[in-house]
Amino acid sequence: MVKVTFVSSDGTRREVEIAEGETAREAALFNGVPGIDGDCGGACACATCHVHVDPTWIDKVGRLKEGEAEAELLQFAEGASEYSRLACQIPMEAAMEGLVLHVPAQQY
Amino acid sequence: MSIDTMELDTAEKIAAMPIDEIDVSRPSLFQQDTIGLFFDRLRKEEPVHYCRESHVGPFWSITKFDDIMAVDTNHKVFSSEAKLGGIAIQDMHSVEGALELEMFIAMDPPKHDQQRKAVTPAVAPSNLLLLEPTIRERACQILDDLPIGEEFDWVDKVSIELTTMTLATLFDFPWEERRKLTRWSDVTTAAPETGIVASYEARREELIECAMYFKGLWDQRVNEPPRNDLISMMAHAPATKDMPFLEFLGNLLLLIVGGNDTTRNSISGGVLALNQNPDEYRKLNDDPSLITSMVPEIIRWQTPLTHMRRTALQEWEIGGKQIKKGDKVVMWYLSGNRDDTVIDQADRFIIDRKNPRHHLSFGYGIHRCMGNRLAELQLRIIWEEIHKRFAKVEVTGQPERLYSTLVRGITKLPVRLHAR
Repeated sequence: MVKVTFVSSDGTRREVEIAEGETAREAALFNGVPGIDGDCGGACACATCHVHVDPTWIDKVGRLKEGEAEAELLQFAEGASEYSRLACQIPMEAAMEGLVLHVPAQQY
Repeated sequence: MSIDTMELDTAEKIAAMPIDEIDVSRPSLFQQDTIGLFFDRLRKEEPVHYCRESHVGPFWSITKFDDIMAVDTNHKVFSSEAKLGGIAIQDMHSVEGALELEMFIAMDPPKHDQQRKAVTPAVAPSNLLLLEPTIRERACQILDDLPIGEEFDWVDKVSIELTTMTLATLFDFPWEERRKLTRWSDVTTAAPETGIVASYEARREELIECAMYFKGLWDQRVNEPPRNDLISMMAHAPATKDMPFLEFLGNLLLLIVGGNDTTRNSISGGVLALNQNPDEYRKLNDDPSLITSMVPEIIRWQTPLTHMRRTALQEWEIGGKQIKKGDKVVMWYLSGNRDDTVIDQADRFIIDRKNPRHHLSFGYGIHRCMGNRLAELQLRIIWEEIHKRFAKVEVTGQPERLYSTLVRGITKLPVRLHAR
């Protein structure tokens, strides 16, 4: 299992566990973390599992790559930043133990 | 003139038909609501289907959820470009005398991206929160004025009125003239054969009138402090304030059209679905908190736009079939939304479904409906207010459906209201 912390827009912190091999999207949905919708089912197709990776983690998780589907979708998301990622595109590996993700106020 | 015969297609006839003769582009199949039987058969026997001859020419039908998702998210191979035919099964034609509107829904990147980004903030969730109280107040007025215990047409008195009201609120459009918005929406998508406009010249004139009207609103708001309505936002935002006027008009009309037929028919479709599924109506009355999951379920069930179309820019394989460069590829959202290999009991309307937003009605990928949260917001407000007032919106007669392959519309729905 890998531990992930989701921080809501009001500052509430939720530490959850998820099996290795799942993604951060499942970590939120399977543990009832509010604010992650994930309408498309994890196919990088809707941008409703938008998260801001904590700046201390962004290099490990990796930034958006221009021209790829994830960046193309997130350019339209409200409040997208240099730390934006789609949770469905963050694989949960042992190296992600302790990851901190910030959930935006609204998914869109 | 009708494109095809109006005879009723029975299940047996459809089952006996040679599969390569099936033509799902016929508008009467949608008007008679027998189209689902054709899609059931295609999903089972030939989920990627080629129709050689039809009134819209040859086209591919993509009928399964996952295949539709694959096409919708692959805009590098499957183009939306207007000049290649655009986004509907019927090609967008360049007609002399017609006003060519530039809309980003029928563009590919990079132009699509720039324009969409410029207008997206108008319907972003944080802006919707600011508009919600006004939308709710006006919805209440409309519902309070309805007669109890007396038969009337729900489409005209409620669905059209509520949708128009929301549009007028979004644009802070002069209230008494709000039906102009409905008219301009109809005119934007109209060809002369629909009877809505007499000719392309007449359409052009009306759209210029629309342009001048909006220019007046723009000029007024650009000189006032910024407010929350879309015109004020666009007039003040750095990304949009210097937009060329025809581009501004095209994008404005796209917002009007996008929010008109679609929401109207989901409002009507929800009433019909609840009447056809009395157990679900009972569930709703027992627990109105189910409105949250019922709203996306209504949008799946109705699928107000039956399809979106793309044009292949290169050869590509889907479901074992070879698509050729230049081929017309139709993603049937209405069919994918009934695909029970992805959606549990897809042929049932279930208001407390798990993962209710996992449907195709908004599309996926870069062209996914920009107003999807606004659509849900409107439907949620409406159903919350209906629930407070009426024990039942009873459908009292046969609904009439729109003769269209694209818009899954209900044109008439007789109802009677029961007070709570």
